[in-house]
Amino acid sequence: MRLPVYLDYSATTPVDPRVAGKMIPYLTEFFGNAASRSHAFGWKAEEAVEEARGHVAALINADPKEIVWTSGATEGNNLAIKGAANFYKTKGKHIITQKTEHKAVLDTCRELERHGFEVTYLEVDSNGLVSVEKLKAALRPDTILVSIMMVNNEIGVIQPVWEIGELCRAKGIIFHCDAVQGGGRLEIDVQKFKVDLLTITAHKMYGPKGIGALYVRRKPRVRIEAQIHGGGHERGFRSGTLATHQIVGFGEAARLAKAEMASENERIRALRDRLYKGIQGIEEAYVNGDFKQRIPHNLNVSFNFVEGESLIMAVKDLAVSSGSACTSASLEPSYVLRALGRSDELAHSSIRFTLGRFTTEEEIDFTIDLIKRKVEKLRDLSPLWEMHKEGIDLSTVQWAAH
Amino acid sequence: MAYSDKVIDHYENPRNVGSFDKADDAVGTGMVGAPACGDVMKLQIKVGADGRIEDARFKTYGCGSAIASSSLVTEWVKGKTLEQATTIKNTQIAQELSLPPVKIHCSILAEDAIKAAVADYRKKHEFSESKDKKVA
Repeated sequence: MRLPVYLDYSATTPVDPRVAGKMIPYLTEFFGNAASRSHAFGWKAEEAVEEARGHVAALINADPKEIVWTSGATEGNNLAIKGAANFYKTKGKHIITQKTEHKAVLDTCRELERHGFEVTYLEVDSNGLVSVEKLKAALRPDTILVSIMMVNNEIGVIQPVWEIGELCRAKGIIFHCDAVQGGGRLEIDVQKFKVDLLTITAHKMYGPKGIGALYVRRKPRVRIEAQIHGGGHERGFRSGTLATHQIVGFGEAARLAKAEMASENERIRALRDRLYKGIQGIEEAYVNGDFKQRIPHNLNVSFNFVEGESLIMAVKDLAVSSGSACTSASLEPSYVLRALGRSDELAHSSIRFTLGRFTTEEEIDFTIDLIKRKVEKLRDLSPLWEMHKEGIDLSTVQWAAH
Repeated sequence: MAYSDKVIDHYENPRNVGSFDKADDAVGTGMVGAPACGDVMKLQIKVGADGRIEDARFKTYGCGSAIASSSLVTEWVKGKTLEQATTIKNTQIAQELSLPPVKIHCSILAEDAIKAAVADYRKKHEFSESKDKKVA
């Protein structure tokens, strides 16, 4: 077993060796520009790009013409939200999203607010789920866009996006779904799922970093304004020379994900449940987010009376994260856990375990043992644990805040 | 976050972990910080008949730097008079442990913990304050 054990598959996944193998010839041998129409190098690249587009489209049961390549999920979310808001701004200026979205959605919405749009950020329930009823109540005659993620990156809960899609379609409102954590992990079928714009990315499904896709529905047709201008690639939606090798990698990753998803999810769920069972034996450990409405890859647990950063330090043989990777450099507790109504203490002491294709039973057993020992060690060090054991209710203590 | 070797050493082998009886007359207890801020330090000193700190204990809820800072000061206060102990500055702690700027608050907390423990001890011995001064 190699240390540290990688349990951060929601941050990124390794490139599957089968994917890497497909990519390499497109760096050295078939290096042509897919936009070159005058010679075989260009034709070969274009052929590879279109084959990959077919695989990515098939993963979500879309038409290949509905797939627009992007540099990744952040760009995809920017293109979808800014693109739709700007195109439909004459119809209205109101956008609805929710508080536990990824920063790529939240910060894009903030930017639109600076340009005169009004954004409603819905609260989530304590299980991390958005209430469709609350969303319905927030709709206004001038609402043009709703953006709700499929799977939360920190707590892995699956939002009721299928219902939200129905609601938006019935009202004629554009619905964008950030499906970055769902792509390749959950079955997505845009023939049934009434989504208008859907963001996915390769590096969460064993493809390379630096390549993503935005699904843009053609029936009924959804319009967006391009955000990057230039040579008119991707039918004008997104200019820039296509990164053939990245695209080939994404295509192969999507093909493998579709073929292996069912059996892989079953295996990963068994490992996650083993981890959950192992950790259940620890006192004052709380699972964050709904356990049932959750992808099989995720377990997010708060260990009360233990501080998160010291816990991460204690488990340096595990590659896990406290909060999301994008915010773990800051000392703020996770905004997602705060949105669930978790106390600062519990938000500070959370660990996100995310499992994936290469996780083994041996690694999970190692993890359970390590977590148990280290939590116990840190609690022996913790004055809060001591007070808790003495029966003191910490919420009644007057702290000398600093 | 990259930690210095000294922080890692104190974190992995913390010195003087534990608790004294708060009610003991010879013990001064300082508790500083707040769970909401991510760190709470409890520092206890045991003062000998000669007015010097003969032993110290700590428990800390916090990051590795907070644990290391409190572990370090339990070593530093031993053998010192109360007066000497309160002259320990956060900058000395930060320097010893090579704390990065974002972790300076851990050393400040450790300095505050010493002051709080000494203040608690002095409060218990308000009437024998003169004895303490004589030694200093």
